[in-house]
Amino acid sequence: MKRKKRITNTICYVVLILMSIIWLFPFVGLVLQSFRGESGGMVAYLVPKEWSLKNYQYLFGGDGKFLKWYGNTLTIALFVSLLQTLVVICVSYALSRMRFRGRKALMNIWLVLGMFPGFLTMICLYFLLKTLGLTEAGAVPGLILISVASSGMGYYVCKGYFDTIPKALDEAAIIDGATRAQILYKMVIPMSKPIIIYTALVAFMAPWCDYIFASYVAFGYERGYNVAVAMTRWVWTNDYQGFFTRFCAGGILVAIPVTILFMCLQKYYVEGVTGGAVKG
Amino acid sequence: MDEVKRGNAVSRFFRVLGKDLREIGQTFVQGDWKTKISFLVMGFGQLCRGQIVRGLAMLAMEVGLLYFTFGFGWQYLSKLLTLGTVETHKEGRVTVYGDNSFFILLYGILAVVAILALIYLWRVNLRQNREAEGLLARGKRLPSNRSDLASLLDKNFDKTLLALPVLGIFIFTVVPIIFMICIAFTNYDVTHQPPSKLFSWVGLENFKTLFGIGGEGFGGTFFYVLGWTLIWAFFATFLTYFLGMAVAILINKKEIKYKKLWRTILVMTIAVPQFVSLLYVGKMFAADGLVNAYLLKWGWIKTAIPFWTNATYARILIIVINLWIGIPYTMLIVTGLLMNIPAELYESARIDGANAFQTFRKITLPYMLFVTGPFLLTQFIGNLNNFNVIFLLNQGNPKSLQLSKNAGATDLLVTWLYKMTINDSNYKIAAVIGIMVFLVTAIISLVVYNTMPSVKDEEGFQ
Repeated sequence: MKRKKRITNTICYVVLILMSIIWLFPFVGLVLQSFRGESGGMVAYLVPKEWSLKNYQYLFGGDGKFLKWYGNTLTIALFVSLLQTLVVICVSYALSRMRFRGRKALMNIWLVLGMFPGFLTMICLYFLLKTLGLTEAGAVPGLILISVASSGMGYYVCKGYFDTIPKALDEAAIIDGATRAQILYKMVIPMSKPIIIYTALVAFMAPWCDYIFASYVAFGYERGYNVAVAMTRWVWTNDYQGFFTRFCAGGILVAIPVTILFMCLQKYYVEGVTGGAVKG
Repeated sequence: MDEVKRGNAVSRFFRVLGKDLREIGQTFVQGDWKTKISFLVMGFGQLCRGQIVRGLAMLAMEVGLLYFTFGFGWQYLSKLLTLGTVETHKEGRVTVYGDNSFFILLYGILAVVAILALIYLWRVNLRQNREAEGLLARGKRLPSNRSDLASLLDKNFDKTLLALPVLGIFIFTVVPIIFMICIAFTNYDVTHQPPSKLFSWVGLENFKTLFGIGGEGFGGTFFYVLGWTLIWAFFATFLTYFLGMAVAILINKKEIKYKKLWRTILVMTIAVPQFVSLLYVGKMFAADGLVNAYLLKWGWIKTAIPFWTNATYARILIIVINLWIGIPYTMLIVTGLLMNIPAELYESARIDGANAFQTFRKITLPYMLFVTGPFLLTQFIGNLNNFNVIFLLNQGNPKSLQLSKNAGATDLLVTWLYKMTINDSNYKIAAVIGIMVFLVTAIISLVVYNTMPSVKDEEGFQ
């Protein structure tokens, strides 16, 4: 019996170690390639023959484009994270705590709207932004506007959390003379820290991956790119004049802060996705 | 049953409308002169009765909407039925700009929306007048300006909170969707591009093109892409789900140490932005990529495996790589839920002599399916529209001559839509595909949602 158990455990550990290798392999490769001195695309060996920092030097030095792109993405991510969280809190509070005419209808309409694929409206949004002067040179504020404008529809997880806060607390506060606004920022927000952090974290991470719309809005205007657009172009240019290893280096620079932030706030992320999964 | 319901909805609509019209008439007939002027100048009655905040708000909105509709929108609205008749042309050496169908449609829709908003506000304005008159007639005091403003933070706080989000969604989601649905009924494509060319209404022409088999029709390609979209969504959802659950249970085993370490390693794929990880992994499997290079070096294969250029390989590989992305996500969720299963259930199963597999099949799995039903549905819908994985890995390739319009073997409907928009400027067909994606999503959601155990029987596991 004991021997059987030990064998099962060994198998379990072997599976876990194998999985860890598969899961970490691309990241290890990415790090190693970013220090590779030889130019060219992907090569047939993992450990570089010549170690060098020239890929990173290119990113920081030279024309400073990468720093501009990085700054663009960081700006977008910070603003989107802040504003989107505000919008989601407002919408969730109204839908969770208040009863007004058309509440159910509003929720149903938003549910149906969510079933349209996002890229369908791309051209139309582009021209709306263009009318406002927010394309190309104005790509950064334009992208922030688009992300924030429709964020109210992503209220599900947050509202689900607000729903679990007992209504009796609201009633007690109202008897004590608190207004609805005071209930929101004195009671509900302090009690919902995990879900607010989750909302902000998810909103912060999304712009780093935004390729499709960002490439459309900033089309042809290099200084308006975000890192995803610029570096995807590096990989796809197919002239391997060192751009592949530069992509790896840039990828590391993008991944490190986002990953560290994620790992620090992982607890809240898990709480958010689990709650969201159960409530739908 | 549905017929009856719909009949009720229609008759209810007309009943409400009739009641509304009668009330409007009564408001006019029974109202004093202040109310009567309010029919034309919104907010007039409120202003006269001292409700300055309400009155000014109404007046400002009326002026704003009227100015937008007639000062700006009218030139577009009047051409909405034809989408413009004067093409941009040259008179001698001077270019004369004609109508721009795109802006006619877009601003025409906005003007219609503005008119609807105006009608609604007008109705609210009348109701406020009537209420105020009623209150005064009964000798009561009207709510003061101060209490009107204060109620925006208390009783009417929902309006304050929702005003901006609803407006944002309206302008940047609802109007564009209406616009694109309209595009599906026009001939807006590369040969009809404003500002130099006009486009016009063509009815159901584009739907015929998309479904038509043979000749000019895209029917064959459409059903091919739709088929793969469904296959992909099925495997991407359920393989990830069950394997993710297996991993979660494995890590959760009592005997396994360093639980946190294993989880953290897996979660890396969620943390690292996908455009970095997926682009790199995609390159790894290219013909000159790392995987082929090592297999060749070790002598396991003679020639490079065409991972991305063979349709079948590409499809399998995409599903496998998606496991790499998806398993950690399911694992996180399942880990959180496993703790909620009452330990007594396992205890009594153990006493009854059930083995590990039996406890899984009889306790864990039913519980998980019950609790995560909505999650599976959203995952499935998400995968139908999973742009990033497909596009960053191999852009929907390999292309095939049998497929029209650049479609490839791993293209989903959304990536095909994207290619139509970007590469071909074939907006009309892209719009039709978008509507099809919506229909598929809506039908699946409706059918699944209505058969889900957690919806039918909410108390099942409580």
